[in-house]
Amino acid sequence: MKLKYLSAPYIVWMALFVVAPVIIVVVYAFTSAAGEFTFDNFAKMGGYVSVFSRSFLLAIISTAICIIIGYPVAYILSKERARQQRILIMLIMLPMWMNFLLRTYAWMSILENTGLLNRLLTLLGLPAVNIINTPTAIVIGMVYNFLPFMILPIYSVIVKIDRSLIEAAQDLGANAVTVFRRVIFPLSLPGVFSGITMVFVPAVSTFVISQLLGGGANMLLGDLIEMQFLGAAYNPHLGSAIALVMMVIVMICMWLMNKFGAGGEEAVML
Amino acid sequence: MRRRPRVASRIFLALIYLFLYAPIFIMIVFSFNASKSRSVWSGFTLDWYTELFSDSMIISSLTTTIGVSVLAAIVATIAGTFAAIGFFNMRKRWRSPLLAINNIPVMNADIVTGVSLCLLFVSLGSVLKYQLGFGTLLIAHITFNIPYVILSVLPKLRQMDRNLVDAAMDLGCTWFQAFYKVIIPEIMPGIINGMMIAFTMSIDDFVISYFTAGSKVQTLSMAIYAMTRKRVSPKINAVSTLLFLFILLLLIIINVRQIRQEEREKKLRTLKSK
Amino acid sequence: MAKELIRLRDCTMVFDDDVVLNKINLSIKDNEFLTLLGPSGCGKTTTLRIIGGFVKPTSGDVFFNGVRINDVPPHKRTVNTVFQKYALFPHLDVYENIAFGLRINRHEGRRLSKDEIHSRVMEMLEIVSLKGFEHRDVTSLSGGQQQRVAIARALVNRPKVLLLDEPLGALDLRLRKDMQIELKRIQEATGITFVYVTHDQEEALSMSDTVVVMDGGVIQQIGTPEDIYNEPVNAFVADFIGESNIVDGIMIEDGVVEIFGKKFACLDAGFAPNEPVDVVIRPEDVDIVDIKDGMLTGTVTNVTFKGVHYDVIVDFKGFKWLIQTTDYCPVNSRIGIKIDPDGIHVMHKSQYSGMFGDYSSYSAEYEEISDAELGPEETVSEDKLYEA
Repeated sequence: MKLKYLSAPYIVWMALFVVAPVIIVVVYAFTSAAGEFTFDNFAKMGGYVSVFSRSFLLAIISTAICIIIGYPVAYILSKERARQQRILIMLIMLPMWMNFLLRTYAWMSILENTGLLNRLLTLLGLPAVNIINTPTAIVIGMVYNFLPFMILPIYSVIVKIDRSLIEAAQDLGANAVTVFRRVIFPLSLPGVFSGITMVFVPAVSTFVISQLLGGGANMLLGDLIEMQFLGAAYNPHLGSAIALVMMVIVMICMWLMNKFGAGGEEAVML
Repeated sequence: MRRRPRVASRIFLALIYLFLYAPIFIMIVFSFNASKSRSVWSGFTLDWYTELFSDSMIISSLTTTIGVSVLAAIVATIAGTFAAIGFFNMRKRWRSPLLAINNIPVMNADIVTGVSLCLLFVSLGSVLKYQLGFGTLLIAHITFNIPYVILSVLPKLRQMDRNLVDAAMDLGCTWFQAFYKVIIPEIMPGIINGMMIAFTMSIDDFVISYFTAGSKVQTLSMAIYAMTRKRVSPKINAVSTLLFLFILLLLIIINVRQIRQEEREKKLRTLKSK
Repeated sequence: MAKELIRLRDCTMVFDDDVVLNKINLSIKDNEFLTLLGPSGCGKTTTLRIIGGFVKPTSGDVFFNGVRINDVPPHKRTVNTVFQKYALFPHLDVYENIAFGLRINRHEGRRLSKDEIHSRVMEMLEIVSLKGFEHRDVTSLSGGQQQRVAIARALVNRPKVLLLDEPLGALDLRLRKDMQIELKRIQEATGITFVYVTHDQEEALSMSDTVVVMDGGVIQQIGTPEDIYNEPVNAFVADFIGESNIVDGIMIEDGVVEIFGKKFACLDAGFAPNEPVDVVIRPEDVDIVDIKDGMLTGTVTNVTFKGVHYDVIVDFKGFKWLIQTTDYCPVNSRIGIKIDPDGIHVMHKSQYSGMFGDYSSYSAEYEEISDAELGPEETVSEDKLYEA
């Protein structure tokens, strides 16, 4: 008996429930309802250019904001004392344990026109703002939900940077700014790449955030796919084609991460 | 000479934590709100907590969630541990592509995993006369849980001294004894960690469940989603608060135990060095 | 006499209630190769880190060229360090690692031009014999090559002082020997002051101008390698540097010391009459002679062939000595020994007395040492032994 055969059951399982579904999606994407081979489904996507561009735009903006906020947070956390670091990182992860839908729903009550934010603004004598059902609300929701996925991989890479490298840079004449610019930042880039993947993929594919915070008017790719399977516009062939496009995006991200990234795995494990 | 963070960065951190916790805090506060409003405070009540237990829809979705999470975590932990040991003992030529496939559900967008499994179940279902339900929900959860268990167990296997198994067999262990007396105890932390991750991934999942559960069963997340279309009952706030506190408690216990263990080890080390 | 470059005055370092350094006073001269030598935890690395500026002493002062530099951060000190595990920047290639300090600093009050940087890096590559490696990834280099990149990266800035923290620790024996010669050559060629930390006494003796022996956060002895070897101040230094037999003795008068009840001639003086002392006798200073000519007689308990010589363990009334000789003596044979006056070194008693120098616990090196079969009562042939 050899140990490697222990994985046999799971290999069968993977073939059935990981590989087969992907193949089915590919088949659906290239066939019509009548079962004939066709490129029609991809041609039809042309009608949804606005959805594609909105999805990408909002996901890119959210990812960028996550980097701008998340990087300093990760950096500051890595400088705290060990005991505090542990607690603060725990606190970054903790919100993820609260139901994702409810957290997003809570943002609805904050952002809506008669919501808590506007109540606060009027209390301070400021004009009310209209955020709910706009792309801004969607971006807030995305940043809120996915920020930890940016902070954690960057943090886990920065804390692993060898102290002696920083000392070596100081020894060679680098002040604090130069140490950061020439040593810490370049060495932390793998974490940033992992973070980008881990934020961008869920952001570009979400449909819950857009439905709760964006109203009906700001449809995203996720909504489009959902509609084709469980919604009014039932068309699994078109849905599969869009899902296939999304898989390609994920594959590109994975390739980028393999090439430059690190720390993602550990961040998932946290 | 590590400089302590300055005031500005403290304020920045505080704002970020405020951003992360404000919605949770609001949600917990409004689980005690006397009216159904989600933005006007109209007095303290525990009604939602008491009503919770008589709401059959919430209770049934909660039992589905916990049932599927526990079952999926257990099955995934066992299967994933075996699979990890198997992968670890393979040649790289085989291991690399298998690990790449293993990573698909982790990396893929949830909606793509959900949709593809949905298509599979529907196509198979029409042949096998089986409809979407608890079974397909469980299969879906096991499928996306196993990769996390494997990713958690593999590093522990890599840390393990390769000679341990040989040593055990040399000392007269059978193959099976070597497996459960040497390998399993060595990688136990990874297995437990993997199970924890699997369990929480399951509890937290909405998108994949949404596409694979069909219309007859629903998880708590699905129930919440259905309600957000109309109006969320504060009972949901109450349920979530309870779940949140439960998980918080679990985490605190685990962490306190870990810190205590580390301190004990540190003490032992200093004792030894003296 | 070269001028003083660095001075540590009463430097004390306390970490979490542990006194790591206790009132260290040390003066380092220009162009000197100074080695801080001691077992792990003796405070040698902390001393180096104080000079480098990575830690501040809890109390005491550090002077550089007569100026107090306690509060000068590392990047403003004209001191460079070769780190224990090299600490090469993994994201930069060999060339960029070496050019790092040149790119970020002003040199002689101005930024260096691209050409100047290039020529200085290439010159450095030449010195450390790594020409042609400039665009290699540092992680792909062997230990010895990484070591040389680390040295080049520090030296290219033309520091006044180079600090080296066990730089050869990770290399294998052969490479270590080569690098010792290389380092000494670089030091002599550049004229830069080297402060070198090691726990390897042989390394310290063969490279240094000055050796500083440390233990327990205290400097035990400062001197030339010859001084340290020939005139150790206490049992710790005698034991740490080379092999030594350390026995109790009584200093009868100047030039006469009593060991095992026998009087021996020696060259030491300046002790109180009848002062109890520690006596060091190096294994190579003991001559094995015929039993009737011996000043002391003992039984051989163990013989190990070492190539150039034999290590012989000899039992004198239960106290085991290590003797290095080219003559073979069989185990259990009875032998006599003779020691010349310059082979005996007398030291004051210290806290280390009685802790070292008995080879009955030599089993770390010698797998087994059988106890000597007790011979007939030692009947030493009179005090004629002590003459010469």
